[in-house]
Amino acid sequence: MATNNTLQIRVNGEQRDVTDGLSISEMLGEIGLDPRKVAVERNLEIVPRSTLGQVCVEDGDTYEIVHFVGGG
Amino acid sequence: MTAQQDIRADTWAVAGRTFASRLIVGTGKYKSLEENAAAVGASGAEIVTVAVRRVNISDPKQPMLTDYIDPKKVTYLPNTAGCFTAEDAIRTLRLAREAGGWNLVKLEVLGEAKTLYPDMRETLRATETLVKEGFEPMVYCVDDPIAAKQLEEAGAVAIMPLGAPIGSGLGIQNRVTIRLIVEGANVPVLVDAGVGTASDAAQAMELGCDGVLMNTAIAEAKDPVLMARAMKAAVEAGRLAYLAGRMQKRRYADPSSPLAGLI
Repeated sequence: MATNNTLQIRVNGEQRDVTDGLSISEMLGEIGLDPRKVAVERNLEIVPRSTLGQVCVEDGDTYEIVHFVGGG
Repeated sequence: MTAQQDIRADTWAVAGRTFASRLIVGTGKYKSLEENAAAVGASGAEIVTVAVRRVNISDPKQPMLTDYIDPKKVTYLPNTAGCFTAEDAIRTLRLAREAGGWNLVKLEVLGEAKTLYPDMRETLRATETLVKEGFEPMVYCVDDPIAAKQLEEAGAVAIMPLGAPIGSGLGIQNRVTIRLIVEGANVPVLVDAGVGTASDAAQAMELGCDGVLMNTAIAEAKDPVLMARAMKAAVEAGRLAYLAGRMQKRRYADPSSPLAGLI
């Protein structure tokens, strides 16, 4: 359960507390990620990169944050 | 025209994009990102396949592939390696499209871990959905001319039959079916998987394929950068041989020197 100032979310399978009231873009910044280099899925829906700064993180959200890695 | 000029003029196109190199290389299994980048450079490849994976959020400052291989200079072809259902593959490619911003993707839906053989029922289903969503999928498939036709009808922008199981390096196992796929296709055909050494790549091109995709044959060579050069040469040699049209095979010898004038 979230406290007054933090939200509890799931990022890439891990539980995480983040500050309340952040946009997804700001949440990525808090984790230390560059929003321009990743793609974000929120509760099984793609979040277009152009809206990362507008969509707010909500308590209980589940995120998949991916990028390109070496592969065949 | 010299062979070099010939190769430069001999381009191929997939989904409206034109490329001079007919070699596509993977970016997995390398010892380091530096070695990977050097091998891509030596191969002359203009397209590299990449995987889509979770960012390591406990160490977000790890070096990234994009720091070593510039997506502005080399076309990133996101693939769905590791996906065993159409849903997983589609989900992965939706994310890939968001990460990269383009529709050209490589679809592979695997049937089992042991052989990594494609599951064609799932592959066809995924192709249909992806095409509806505006993707341009290049599709990894079995070396079956009928399956290849069905994929093309479903909207695959390239057909990519395996030469042998992924990562096996066994070479092209069924030259007859690869040739039949090439003859029947109206989209580019690229052998994807199974190439072990340069002659395998040349053989794929001699069969009339538009290109070859490989990863392990380069990454697991003792000297990957040298092997990348070898593969570049092999793909070009095979392509030129195909264009030149090989001689007919004979059952017995036929002397190269004239018989007339023998002393």
